[in-house]
Amino acid sequence: MISEFGYLLLFIIGAIVLVLGMIGLASRLRPDRPGPEKNSVYESGELPVGDARPSFNIRFYIVAIIFILFDVELVLLFPWSVVFGDAEILSRAGAAWLWFAGIEMLIFIGVLALGLVYVWKKGHLDWILPESKAEEFRSPVPPSLYDELNKKYGKQ
Amino acid sequence: MTFDSLEAHHREKTGESEVILTNLDEVTNWARANSLWPMGFGLACCAIEMMATFASSHDLERFGIFPRSSPRQSDLMIVSGTVTFKMADRVRRLYEQMAEPRYVISMGSCSNCGGPYWDHGYHVLKGVDKVIPVDVYVPGCPPRPEALIGGIIQLQEKIKKQQFSAVKGE
Repeated sequence: MISEFGYLLLFIIGAIVLVLGMIGLASRLRPDRPGPEKNSVYESGELPVGDARPSFNIRFYIVAIIFILFDVELVLLFPWSVVFGDAEILSRAGAAWLWFAGIEMLIFIGVLALGLVYVWKKGHLDWILPESKAEEFRSPVPPSLYDELNKKYGKQ
Repeated sequence: MTFDSLEAHHREKTGESEVILTNLDEVTNWARANSLWPMGFGLACCAIEMMATFASSHDLERFGIFPRSSPRQSDLMIVSGTVTFKMADRVRRLYEQMAEPRYVISMGSCSNCGGPYWDHGYHVLKGVDKVIPVDVYVPGCPPRPEALIGGIIQLQEKIKKQQFSAVKGE
């Protein structure tokens, strides 16, 4: 008598044999003519340029995390406000429920606001721009020569 | 190779067990002819007719035809419309990226020979067969879905005549 795990083993063996058999049969039947054009990345017929996985600035990660903070807040706020504003539930549950639900949401927003304060304090909201350097190129033409031209075309 | 043993028009099922004798040529041709997967791309107004052919009223599924969105999974290219010089480059690359064996149907006057742009089209390729080998030409401007289906049946007839060793090309 074969056990339940025996059936499982049979299925696993069957799956492996079937897949290997099909791949083996296909490799015997198909033409095999690889080339540089056929092996190149499919980019809707365009020539692929660069890497498919470029590196992003790590600060986008922080911004994404902060976005999720407010995203989750809104996801909870919308259904909460629908229930909170329902007069029928309010009349049934009484004023104590109003206080309870209201203060609960205030605590929730407070926790998230605490996170925002933390992020703000840490300076993650400040987007640091790269410093601009003055050009080191020294032209043999003095800039004063351009004054007349700039005056003619109205450039300040 | 004939296709009689697998595709007889009239076959009575008697309930008795049935044995089909065939060979490698016939069975691979039968499989290839009845599962043509075209690449889902259209170039011009012929593509509208092609989409109508794919749609339910003409039902290409009965021929095993099912548009794919990647050349890796497709073995039929329906060049449906005007091939400009700019596009010819891409058409050639897409053809190269398709899995073999691969077939091409040139649909409509523009891709057959340049069509209305034959004289004054400074930007149009005078026939897609200048860049890729074409198996079946479907005339029309644009061809009706029935004409495209006719072209597909012609291609199937062509596939049914090919030799396995020639396709595999050792």
